[in-house]
Amino acid sequence: MPFRFEARPAPSRKVFWLSPLFAVALSSLVAMAIFALSGLAPVASLILFVTDPVSSLYGVGELLIKAAPLVLIAVGLAIGFRANVWNIGGEGQIIMGVIFSGALALHFGDSGSWLVLPGMVLLGILGGCLWAAIPALLRIHFRANEILTSLMLNYVAHFGLIFLVHGPWRDPAGFNFPQSKPLGEAALFPILIEGTRANISILFAPLAVVLAWLLLKRSFLGFQLQARGVSQNAAQYAGFRADRAILVGMLCGGAAAGLAGVAEIGGPLGQIYPTVTPGYGYAAIIVAFLGRLHPVGILFAGLLMALLYLSGDTAQMSLGLPPAIAGVIQATLLFFLLSTEVLVNYRIRRARELSAARAMA
Amino acid sequence: MSETLAIVLAAVVAGTPLLYAALGELITERAGILNLGVEGMMVIGAIAGFAAVYYSGNLWLGVLAAGASGGLLALAFGVLAISLRVNHVAAGLALTIFGISLGSYVGKPLVGQSLSLSEVQLSGGLTSLPLIGPLFREVHPLIWLSWLVFAGIWFFLARSRAGLVLRSVGESTASADALGYPVMRIQYLATVFGGVMAGVAGVFISVVYTSIWTEGIVAGRGWIAVALVIFATWRPGRCLVGAYLFGGMTMAELLGQVIGLGVPTELLSATPYLATVIVLVLISRKDSTMRLSVPASLGKSLDIKG
Repeated sequence: MPFRFEARPAPSRKVFWLSPLFAVALSSLVAMAIFALSGLAPVASLILFVTDPVSSLYGVGELLIKAAPLVLIAVGLAIGFRANVWNIGGEGQIIMGVIFSGALALHFGDSGSWLVLPGMVLLGILGGCLWAAIPALLRIHFRANEILTSLMLNYVAHFGLIFLVHGPWRDPAGFNFPQSKPLGEAALFPILIEGTRANISILFAPLAVVLAWLLLKRSFLGFQLQARGVSQNAAQYAGFRADRAILVGMLCGGAAAGLAGVAEIGGPLGQIYPTVTPGYGYAAIIVAFLGRLHPVGILFAGLLMALLYLSGDTAQMSLGLPPAIAGVIQATLLFFLLSTEVLVNYRIRRARELSAARAMA
Repeated sequence: MSETLAIVLAAVVAGTPLLYAALGELITERAGILNLGVEGMMVIGAIAGFAAVYYSGNLWLGVLAAGASGGLLALAFGVLAISLRVNHVAAGLALTIFGISLGSYVGKPLVGQSLSLSEVQLSGGLTSLPLIGPLFREVHPLIWLSWLVFAGIWFFLARSRAGLVLRSVGESTASADALGYPVMRIQYLATVFGGVMAGVAGVFISVVYTSIWTEGIVAGRGWIAVALVIFATWRPGRCLVGAYLFGGMTMAELLGQVIGLGVPTELLSATPYLATVIVLVLISRKDSTMRLSVPASLGKSLDIKG
């Protein structure tokens, strides 16, 4: 090999923050290649792909209501990831947030009471937390791998929701479609920006960014969590409790996902469908990594990923491509980001230079 | 054919994709590489194989396409995890997300299409063979192949020198490297093998098991396969038993619907996933079992030497 990796004396902060941009550039090339293969003009299509969704105020509103759940969940998951706690169950935790808050919304949505929304928020967070607590407790007490258990519970929650909307929650006036009746006025978040669907629930996302930043950068608990992420042995040696880190790491993700579920049914959906989440739980994992597991980075990553979701619709309507192209590009982005990560800790040198440097030393 | 035999056979059919995927992942993990992208590789294998069979009518072309595409994805994972030292968990998740989205992108034109194959075509031409043809009538050739692969893997790990080297890489990557074994090459081979097997698992689902293309066809089986490897404590024999147990669970779900247990079907559908959680808990409970079984270097990349 003419090139070799050489360990940097210290991780490069510059590369750490530049590599996401590099990944975006590489992914754009892949996107253009896909357009070219589909017989479209690569550059013009790419420009249309990323600008068309936000060419109107309404589009910007759509961007915000897509970015909000992604940022919210990713921030929650990132706290766990930083502590080496792998919560892959965001999808199921969103659904439990929907089920818990949906029960309240369906019963009291028409009551006109201002208490319904705060109640939904609390119940949604509770639902997400309970669902996330299962893998956490199984991990703590039985050492069961939390990646697999949290993932399996996604399917269980999904089937639970399908059961509800096909059975007890089915709208009697809904022409037999598997969906609930439309939620009452009291269960819907007020609109924040006139002329769009963006409602006040999008503010949960920046709030979560601030809270997560405070937890990670300014609290002892946050320090303990991150210590576990860097070295589990060191954290243990310092007397930091692993079970608490696992529980907190999982619950942060669960709470965020549950809240995101509330925002979906109390916001753009206004009704409970079997497909309340278009894979937000999984996409948020990409957002978390793309944002470098840093709350502020996640804010930008969430906006980018939300744009790609909307671009999927543009692809279908204006370019005639399946909307799943958005997912392909999102995953490509993650691939490139991960592969450039090696450059944070290593630099590439020519093999000859390296052996020369060695000989000198 | 008696009814019991039919049920057992159905459980074997349902368990076969799990067996392929789990055996592949077992080899990968025995080399110290934790590839959580099994689900994604299965999806790509499923669509590539389905498309190949759909357009050619030839089962073996489908198997080839599925194995090759699964192996290719695994190779991409290998570049990340082995050469570039990316965290295995993150790289595996990326692979799964990538496989699922790419599968639904390229599979879009085929959604809802079903294969109309004759019995001979579905068996890859083997039922028309003289003498041994009838063997493949009740038991699909890919099931026979899975037993061959199983026997091969068992022999490889337990009785061959190459298997010993592979296991040493997974137990202590650094020691194997110090002994002069080509650690990275072995890890690449094991990873690609896992991908090929996941691809074949995928084509079994889309071509043999369902014969129709829909999105979400793999439905978490890749993840169940990863769990199976843990359940099997990284031993092929237990993989075989576990795969058929889980296959049987799927049958129980269908059976429950037929005889009407009074339990809603949606809740019955959740049983394999709940069972996976329970099985994981039972097997992980004893710390000593896990510590003795798990390849000691699993998920840790070899340090980069200058």
